[in-house]
Amino acid sequence: MKFIISLLLTALLSFAACLYLPWWVIAPVAFLVAAVTGLVPGRAFLAGFLAIFLLWATLSFKMSAANDHILAHKVAQLLFKTDSPYLLIAITAFIGGLVAGFAALAGAFTRKKPGTIA
Amino acid sequence: MRIIPLLLFAVITTALIVVLDTKLLLPAPLGKLLSPQEGIWQNAEPADEDFSADLKFSNLEGKATVYFDDRLVPHVFAEKDNDAYFIQGYLHAKFRLWQMELQVMSADGRVSEFIGEKGLQHDREFRRLGMHFAAENSLREMEKDPKVKATCDAYTAGVNAYIGSLTAAKLPIEYKIIGYKPELWSNLKTALFLKYMSWDLAGGENDFEMTNARNFFSGEDFSKLFPEIQDSLDPIIPRGTIFPAPAIHPKAPADADSLYMSKSVSYIDHIKPDPANGSNNWAVSGRNTQSGAPILCNDPHLGLNLPSLWYEMQLSTPSFNAYGATFPGAPSVIIGFNDNCAFGFTNGGRDVRDYYEIKFKDETRKEYWFDSAWVPTTFRYEEIKISGQPTLVDTVAYTVFGPVMYDASFSGKRTGNKKNYAVRWKAHDASNELQIFTYLNSAKNYSDYLTAAVHLQTPGQNIVFADKQGDIAIRTQGNFPAKWAHQGDFIMPGTDSSYMWQGMIPQEEVPFQYNPERGFVSSANQRPVDSTYPYYLGNVYPTPRGKYINRRLAELQNRAEKITPQDMMKMQTDNYNIFAEMTRPIFLNNIREQDLSADEKKYFNLLKSWDLRNDPGSMGTTVFVVLFDEFKKEVYEDEYVNSPDYTMRPQPSTLMEALLKDSAYKFIDNISTPQTETLADVATASFKKSSVLLQKAQAEGKLEWAKYKDTKVTHLTRQDAFSRLHLPIGGGDNVINAARNDHGPSWRMIVSLTEKTEAYGVYPGGQSGNPGSKYYDNFVDKWVKGEYYPLWMMTTGEVTDKRVQYKMTFSR
Repeated sequence: MKFIISLLLTALLSFAACLYLPWWVIAPVAFLVAAVTGLVPGRAFLAGFLAIFLLWATLSFKMSAANDHILAHKVAQLLFKTDSPYLLIAITAFIGGLVAGFAALAGAFTRKKPGTIA
Repeated sequence: MRIIPLLLFAVITTALIVVLDTKLLLPAPLGKLLSPQEGIWQNAEPADEDFSADLKFSNLEGKATVYFDDRLVPHVFAEKDNDAYFIQGYLHAKFRLWQMELQVMSADGRVSEFIGEKGLQHDREFRRLGMHFAAENSLREMEKDPKVKATCDAYTAGVNAYIGSLTAAKLPIEYKIIGYKPELWSNLKTALFLKYMSWDLAGGENDFEMTNARNFFSGEDFSKLFPEIQDSLDPIIPRGTIFPAPAIHPKAPADADSLYMSKSVSYIDHIKPDPANGSNNWAVSGRNTQSGAPILCNDPHLGLNLPSLWYEMQLSTPSFNAYGATFPGAPSVIIGFNDNCAFGFTNGGRDVRDYYEIKFKDETRKEYWFDSAWVPTTFRYEEIKISGQPTLVDTVAYTVFGPVMYDASFSGKRTGNKKNYAVRWKAHDASNELQIFTYLNSAKNYSDYLTAAVHLQTPGQNIVFADKQGDIAIRTQGNFPAKWAHQGDFIMPGTDSSYMWQGMIPQEEVPFQYNPERGFVSSANQRPVDSTYPYYLGNVYPTPRGKYINRRLAELQNRAEKITPQDMMKMQTDNYNIFAEMTRPIFLNNIREQDLSADEKKYFNLLKSWDLRNDPGSMGTTVFVVLFDEFKKEVYEDEYVNSPDYTMRPQPSTLMEALLKDSAYKFIDNISTPQTETLADVATASFKKSSVLLQKAQAEGKLEWAKYKDTKVTHLTRQDAFSRLHLPIGGGDNVINAARNDHGPSWRMIVSLTEKTEAYGVYPGGQSGNPGSKYYDNFVDKWVKGEYYPLWMMTTGEVTDKRVQYKMTFSR
């Protein structure tokens, strides 16, 4: 449950924050969510990673599909010399996921080890 | 808290962000670029994007509505002229902001600001040519005229209104990829854009190459290689026209022969406009058309780029209603028509850029020797910002001639000397070019056209005109220096005022044609007049295209059926190669067929059976083009082997005409062999060499002309992904359909001036500059096929027409 809440919270807050702030605000968001929800580090990483991976994959896929993938074909060739819109979407999602995952991981370590007494 | 892993992963996260937000490690800031809410995905324009909007700006004087048709061409209806220009600026920015700014940054010598040191050579070249100086001079003149100033102010405000509404997410994709932001627009930027066109169209000269050629060859050889007029010339103003007696008699300096003709320089490898920048235009009289109304045609040949140089639109106010191709970067319709007339341009190609060798007193460059005295220079300090490096201050000395473009501190890739060369360029002079377009947009008749035309000083253009009263006309317009023979062909001494331009050819002596007897007017960048014109015009004009256009128009007039716009479309996309028609017999008559191998014979037969059309699938064209190239080398290479690196080469037509007159042409003989070669030897040898190249092309599947030529329309950054490559289009050099590899008809337009105007047009691009829009390149295929769109001069009664897709309203 905590995992799902972390994931949804990270995705939602990141989406809202990115309306006004630079893209990397996903890192502080994932960090804070992990710090607050108190997932263990491994699960925190996964929640952060998946939250942004899914958010960015969904957003970029929706925009690209509405565009008939015209731009994605071109940018995939420009950046990766491969004519594949899906590759571009996958890389987009992975990059976001990675940043958020590591940030969440750091956030998880703001907590004491479970079971230890302060 | 577990401080060590916390710090470790915080550092990893931060490092990841830094890497993904900058170009430190990656070639692009991938995180920033790919983030869906900020990066490139925002530029993925939905296929069903709704461009309708209700916009409010306090700068507007009245109300206006823009109707976008199914090709995304805006039809602007404004109550006030200034509002129309405001909206034009707004729409140019909305659809073409990046290219507008790039062109101006390039003109201003500011590309180093965002591409770093690799832009420095370009920037210094353009600053030293005095582009900014020229734009300032023009702007002063433009702003003296209250109407033109108001036009520019409104246009600038419109561009800035759009820039002001931009968020980081909505920036054009190129800004995101390269990593910079747009600046605000200004009237100076409009002036800079117009100077950029002046550079492109009137910045060409061969003074260093010609000087090298002059020094290298004997006088006799030189005049054989560079004749002033070619026999095959069919000038814009027909031979036999009587010209008025000249008002100016430019006098060659007394020491010209000894001093001027014997100077020695070595070459500077400067950035040059494409010498093929040219065009076709013509107008046929209503006498010879099916409708009884004149038809005007124009196709300017320029570099083929995406986003296109052109943006199509209609501007309509109570005082004018014009449709046509506009320049993102400047107000008004540039090539187009209104309810009364149509207008078009081809490049005049006159030499209005000359060099003078300056003698400075010492290294401070504070004084130079001029008319037997030391005269003070003024300095202009060009601050060139370079991305990632400290600013470079380039100090440019200005003389009575103009800026000292080349000197010890800047010689480009100069070989050898450290001399100082000042450039005198007509585009430095104050002028108000914008006025010609605002006047033409509202011109009603020939007299309005004339009033408009005389405002065009630089770049000199052949302006074609036709109106609904049945008039047709052409003016070889410009403000050109009256030169003595060979003045400015070579580098001139800068120590003596007698080498300066002595005056401008008066406007009354500008050659023109008005309703000529022959029933048509035309131009294709050829020499405008024959040798009876009293002023010296230089020798760098292409001849064949103009000859063929005139022949073809005469043929069309003489046939039974009268001319229709469809005939004009066929003619504008005609692939007939008149140069090959004249040149091929030289090959067919001289190549020794018996000396050819079976493979070589195969190519020879392709040449022999070729229908002289540069059609996409034609293999004969490829054989001819490769052969002529090899033949030229075979004829001249031996003479040029010891010449300075950059020495002027003769024009192809010069070689062709020389051989038609005299098969024992002096340069045929290879001077590096003991025996004397004949034309047959040289033709056969070049054919054998060509066959090797043709075999290679064939092995690569590139023997067909379109594949060999490989026409492309490239994005301004030269990135393939944003370009259209391998286009199956015919045409090429010396052909009306002048589509070369990266250069060609940039806007084809045909206007029949019937009561309700019937017009057609197409350009190789699309209305949107966004590579993520379906309107980015959607006209390209039609252009390749030689097809046209009907151009819709919309009326206010047609707002419910089904072609109207979107509606944008503008109010205070």
